[in-house]
Amino acid sequence: MGEETLGEETLGKGLMAGKRGLIMGVANKRSIAYGIAKAVSDAGGEIALSYQGEVLKRRVEPLAEELGCEVLVECDVTDDAAIDKTFDVLRQKWGKIDFIVHAIGFSNKEELEGRYVNTSAENFALTMNISVYSFTAIARRAEALMSDGGSLLTLTYNGSQKVIPNYNVMGVAKAALEASVRYLAADLGPSSIRVNSISAGAIKTLAAAGIADFRTMLNYQEATAPLRRNVSAGEVGNAALYLLSDLSSGVTGELHYVDGGYNIMGMSVLNPKGDA
Amino acid sequence: MTNNGFVEKEKNMSDIADRVRKIVVEHLNVEADKVTDKASFIDDLGADSLDQVELVMAFEEEFSVEIPDDAAETIQTFGNAVEFLTKATS
Repeated sequence: MGEETLGEETLGKGLMAGKRGLIMGVANKRSIAYGIAKAVSDAGGEIALSYQGEVLKRRVEPLAEELGCEVLVECDVTDDAAIDKTFDVLRQKWGKIDFIVHAIGFSNKEELEGRYVNTSAENFALTMNISVYSFTAIARRAEALMSDGGSLLTLTYNGSQKVIPNYNVMGVAKAALEASVRYLAADLGPSSIRVNSISAGAIKTLAAAGIADFRTMLNYQEATAPLRRNVSAGEVGNAALYLLSDLSSGVTGELHYVDGGYNIMGMSVLNPKGDA
Repeated sequence: MTNNGFVEKEKNMSDIADRVRKIVVEHLNVEADKVTDKASFIDDLGADSLDQVELVMAFEEEFSVEIPDDAAETIQTFGNAVEFLTKATS
């Protein structure tokens, strides 16, 4: 398999056979959530997709069809009633579920540039509500539908651990999300529900287009990561198969990097003469 | 020589226009003859703000160029896109 096609092919065929779950946050074909949805579908899993608002509905509908998705539901995670309704739909359709992928985050674009110190109270609260609390709200409802145990997965980014210019309040939110993963894993573990996160490297998605100078993040990551390239949504999808399937039955509370190794570097290689 | 250069440039521009038109037609699901120089993606071709972002990403991919945020904001019409991409790829 050439480097250009890494992640295009789903590995682990049949791995998700018999498993059903919800994937939240597909916007278009570039979405990391789409990479995961495709991997799960190709691996034999049955998926439901949720979207927020009309603008995203018309983008997600054709993808839902393409993926043979049986349930497509609108879910604005700031609305408790909408989350309840989403889980009602899943219960009526399937009775129980096995996995949930939470690929949702939001912050006002104006505050994803410049100085973090200028973050407004209003946008701080909004960012935390949509990007962090929603995972907890969803986990609580999921527990009731995961009678045979299950796997919850959320997406984070290294801007939680280290300062990434312009990522700002989203970095603070991702740090809280990663802490939530640990607390949720502790709470839900006795019910055999595992809770993990994938910290994906920077990927040029629609959401990423809201981050100022995102191109620099991509270029810097490509130059610095041990693999010397960026990662694809399909590669995140393949890694997600491990965390969503029984391959990771002994793993919970974990933060798993899919970033070409970028996070281990303390410094960029300025003179890459060791490169092949 | 100068003349040939001019002809080359014209040819290049129409090739770019064809490729841009193809992307716009496919992405916005509009008739090719609606995609005129002055056609605004949002006002005339039914694009929403996310389409605008997606189009710019598609242009970047098709032409292997980087379109910075401030430049992306100036690409409002089909003509704007062709002009920007002609310059960026010359």
